[in-house]
Amino acid sequence: MKRKIGLVVGVALVLVWCLLPVAWILALSFKSQAAVSNGSDPGFLPLDSFAGWSNYADVWADEQFRRAILNSIGISLISTLLSVIIATLAAYAIARLEFRGKKAVLSVALAIAMFPVVSLVSPLFDLWRTIGLYDTWPGLILPYMSFTLPLAIWTLTAFFREIPWEMEQAAQVDGATSWQAFRKVIVPLAAPGVFTAAILTFFFAWNDFVFGITLTSTEAARPIPAALSFFVGPDPFQRPASLLAAAAVIATIPIVLIVLVFQRKIVAGLTSGAVKG
Amino acid sequence: MSAIKLKNIVKRYGDGFPAVNDVSIDIADGEFVILVGPSGCGKSTLLRMIVGLEDITDGELSIGEKVVNDLPPRERNLAMVFQNYALYPHLSVYENIAFPLRLAKAPDDEVDTKVREASATLELDEHLERKPGNLSGGQRQRVAMGRAIVREADAFLFDEPLSNLDAKLRGQMRTEIARLQKKLGITTVYVTHDQTEAMTLGDRVAVLKKGVLQQLATPRELYENPGNLFVAGFIGSPPMNFLPAEVEGTQLKLPFGTVEIGEEKAAKGRDKGLLIAGIRPEHFEDASLSDKASDGSTFSAPVDFVEWLGHETYAYVPFEAPAEVKERLAELEKDLDGEGLRTQLVVSLDGATTIKQGEDAKLWVDASKIHLFDPSSGENLTVDAEHAGEIHGRAMAEAAALPD
Repeated sequence: MKRKIGLVVGVALVLVWCLLPVAWILALSFKSQAAVSNGSDPGFLPLDSFAGWSNYADVWADEQFRRAILNSIGISLISTLLSVIIATLAAYAIARLEFRGKKAVLSVALAIAMFPVVSLVSPLFDLWRTIGLYDTWPGLILPYMSFTLPLAIWTLTAFFREIPWEMEQAAQVDGATSWQAFRKVIVPLAAPGVFTAAILTFFFAWNDFVFGITLTSTEAARPIPAALSFFVGPDPFQRPASLLAAAAVIATIPIVLIVLVFQRKIVAGLTSGAVKG
Repeated sequence: MSAIKLKNIVKRYGDGFPAVNDVSIDIADGEFVILVGPSGCGKSTLLRMIVGLEDITDGELSIGEKVVNDLPPRERNLAMVFQNYALYPHLSVYENIAFPLRLAKAPDDEVDTKVREASATLELDEHLERKPGNLSGGQRQRVAMGRAIVREADAFLFDEPLSNLDAKLRGQMRTEIARLQKKLGITTVYVTHDQTEAMTLGDRVAVLKKGVLQQLATPRELYENPGNLFVAGFIGSPPMNFLPAEVEGTQLKLPFGTVEIGEEKAAKGRDKGLLIAGIRPEHFEDASLSDKASDGSTFSAPVDFVEWLGHETYAYVPFEAPAEVKERLAELEKDLDGEGLRTQLVVSLDGATTIKQGEDAKLWVDASKIHLFDPSSGENLTVDAEHAGEIHGRAMAEAAALPD
């Protein structure tokens, strides 16, 4: 009984710790702009200053904001897709094939993942401007991929290693080419790994601020976190705090959706029943 | 359906170690051949070379009339059941069985007919929509077999398919496999380390040791005419007894007394010094229960332990062996994956016997069934070559010369 109470209290504490900022932003997004500026409603809940959906409507009416959301969704999805495809193939090769420099590939990948992002920004800025990638989608997709690939490769390699060799051999005896065996047996079995890698990659791309703000200059490619920092309300001398809060909430929605969708796919023990064990 | 011909097949790994050494086996169309031997004897490697999952270092493998050495597994048209079943966990039982057909791009109605036919044969009908993860071991085993029988493969290959099942189920599945093979009449190669499976299933059995083929014969020939000590010790349960022996005249001197073996047999072992006599447990009998007990082949021996099983009784008789024989037997025991604990005679007597442990028992031995082995080469000196299948001369010595 005592332990149960402890557990409940502990869980509650963690929940408050994690969700308080979210709740704060949500509350803020429903307060009226004026009340936030002159501090007339300092409470947590928007009581006197309840603004309804007006902040959301205002933000959504902003052409730049819609454009930034589109950029973010497009760039994140494309880098996730490419990253997962390349990582799947690479991880399969690392897990299954014997080749020289296998260890080197893995350690270099890890080293890249540990490389500080900031140190790459200025060289990339110069390079991208020279070759014309500055302020374009590919200009962001490329650095996102190079930072998420190592993690994806490591995750997937671990998953592929867990899949028994026999699965593939059975498929080959059943008449499959190596490619068919990979596509019809190995990839479905590695699905939890593939989706884990996809979520990690998507998060990285969606949340990135440093690349987003330095490698873009216009709404042609500027993603949402960078766009938020440039966000100005109708009055340039007043920080539009409640508008920003509403924008932040909207920017969170795709992440929540993605997690909900992918989470179902990350079912542990999908390989159970393949072999006796 | 096709015959499979293995001609001087060799498998050598990177370090030069031969896992399979110069094995030749002709498997006739529709024949059930067992590859048997203790762990590490190369039987699985041989099977995997037939199916194409392992490269063939040297020699020639043909299926039907076609040499298939360099063909990938999918072009050999063989079906294989793996030791751990290797079912596809993301597919239902139906799709697991249908998998080879789907790969062959068979039309849906044909797939359906064949899958249902296979599932009816294997009594899997009520499980078709389930996932392999929810099935019992025996059911998974049947699904793996369904996947094999659904396509008209040239041959079935089984890699220790029953070793993951419990004893009762293993017996049932063994009969099931034998019945299925007879029904389909399909060439089958079956790998096992279990000599009971080997004896009951096979038309012919190939006994392997360290990658060297020791003897290829019917179960009965193997049992009655083992080509060497290794085969003799491997086939049969409880195993054949090995006793130090010497031939004097027409008499065989055993630790418990002398036995008359007749001129023909004695001539083969005369003047060869110390020999090893091999006698199966059931070739002994309680002298008081036997009406043949008068022909000079009875002796008295101290029984130190008795196991009564109802229909028969095992009696254990310890004996001392000369160092030379003892060493040879310990070595043999190691080859057979066992442990040479003590030199003892196991005799299988009628269940009606009243012999008790701690007593001296009068035992009769069927002298006509005694085999004599050369202790150094391990070869059976008294083998009836006409009824012993193919014995590969010096196979045991060859295997012994290989590194462990």
